[in-house]
Amino acid sequence: MEALIKKRIKQVLKGDQSAYGEIVEIYKDKVFQLCYRILGNRHEAEDMAQEAFIRAYVNISSFNIDLKFSTWLYRIATNLCIDRIRKKKPDYYLDAEVSGTDGLTMYSQIASDTILPEDEIESLELQETIQREITKLPEKYRSVIVLKYIEELSLNEISEILDIPLGTVKTRIHRGREALRHQLRNV
Amino acid sequence: MKCPDNIVLYMHEYLDEEIDEHDEQLLKKHLQTCPKCQSYFHELEKAIALVQSTSHIQAPSNFTENVMARLPKEKRRVSVNRWFRHHPLLTAASLFIILMTGSLFSTWNKDHEFSVTKQPNLVVHNNTVIVPEGEVIKGDLTVRNGDLQIEGKVEGDVTVINGENYLASAGHVTGEIKEVNEVFEWIWYHVKKTSKELVSVFRDKE
Repeated sequence: MEALIKKRIKQVLKGDQSAYGEIVEIYKDKVFQLCYRILGNRHEAEDMAQEAFIRAYVNISSFNIDLKFSTWLYRIATNLCIDRIRKKKPDYYLDAEVSGTDGLTMYSQIASDTILPEDEIESLELQETIQREITKLPEKYRSVIVLKYIEELSLNEISEILDIPLGTVKTRIHRGREALRHQLRNV
Repeated sequence: MKCPDNIVLYMHEYLDEEIDEHDEQLLKKHLQTCPKCQSYFHELEKAIALVQSTSHIQAPSNFTENVMARLPKEKRRVSVNRWFRHHPLLTAASLFIILMTGSLFSTWNKDHEFSVTKQPNLVVHNNTVIVPEGEVIKGDLTVRNGDLQIEGKVEGDVTVINGENYLASAGHVTGEIKEVNEVFEWIWYHVKKTSKELVSVFRDKE
């Protein structure tokens, strides 16, 4: 698999655009899923995933062929999604106190939202709920959680993709998991 | 019962498969006895399971086409090269045709001067080759860009290219008589001649 990708990359480097089509075919679902889980919106996810592939193509000469292509590609995609989130910062923070309440944070609001009788939850609805909860995570926890539990990457790879120390990855995963535990315990 | 310090940290380390053996034993022992920590741990596991359960979604259809359409245009040279790589047979065939026509036309152009196969007994007069009466030509006779008048006898094939052949009533040709006037006829003749030569080469070998 990696060997095939490397071969295609070499062809792309020689200027053969159609070889890139095969690379897109191989990674499109993973990249789209990554963007969708981080952004929580299909439309934006498609935009960002396409943009990631285009940026990877334009900058392919700066890719170190000895490294894993997927790591590099996920890094481009994750950074694009994080930038996107930062540009349209939400006007609320999960940790912030809800105005007019005494010490209530957004966490408690979310929990009350998501209490539904178990047997009435259609699988699709459940999926939506989970996605909504993932999207509610602060961006720095969201990206590590998605990379770890949806893309199923190792902590080391996540550290490479996000360009942050391994220790930071662990801390963020712990905190992300804590937040999810809180948000999803009544689902 | 007081929960050990760091028990939540141990849970996370366990979930990351980064816990050391001593802490793992401590965690397991504690979870068996502490319902509060047990449910906490289950909530963590449930959250993970739920996140992982989100079915794998696929990229929209036409995703690849859309990406490819948005890429900056590649250099023309590359696409031509790729076409050649993907159609080796067509490439070989077209190369063959180009070379063949090239060589044929160059031979055609070269051949615009009058020439005749060197044979004794021939009389050449104003671009007309005459096989005089009573003479016998042994072997093939080819005339280019000139006429041929046969009054005697030719023991072989006669070919007239870009010219005319007059066979007098007394004249006699034992082999074939061919007249070639147009380019395409001439090419056809050339091809036939080449293949005949090839066949004879193989015959000689046998």
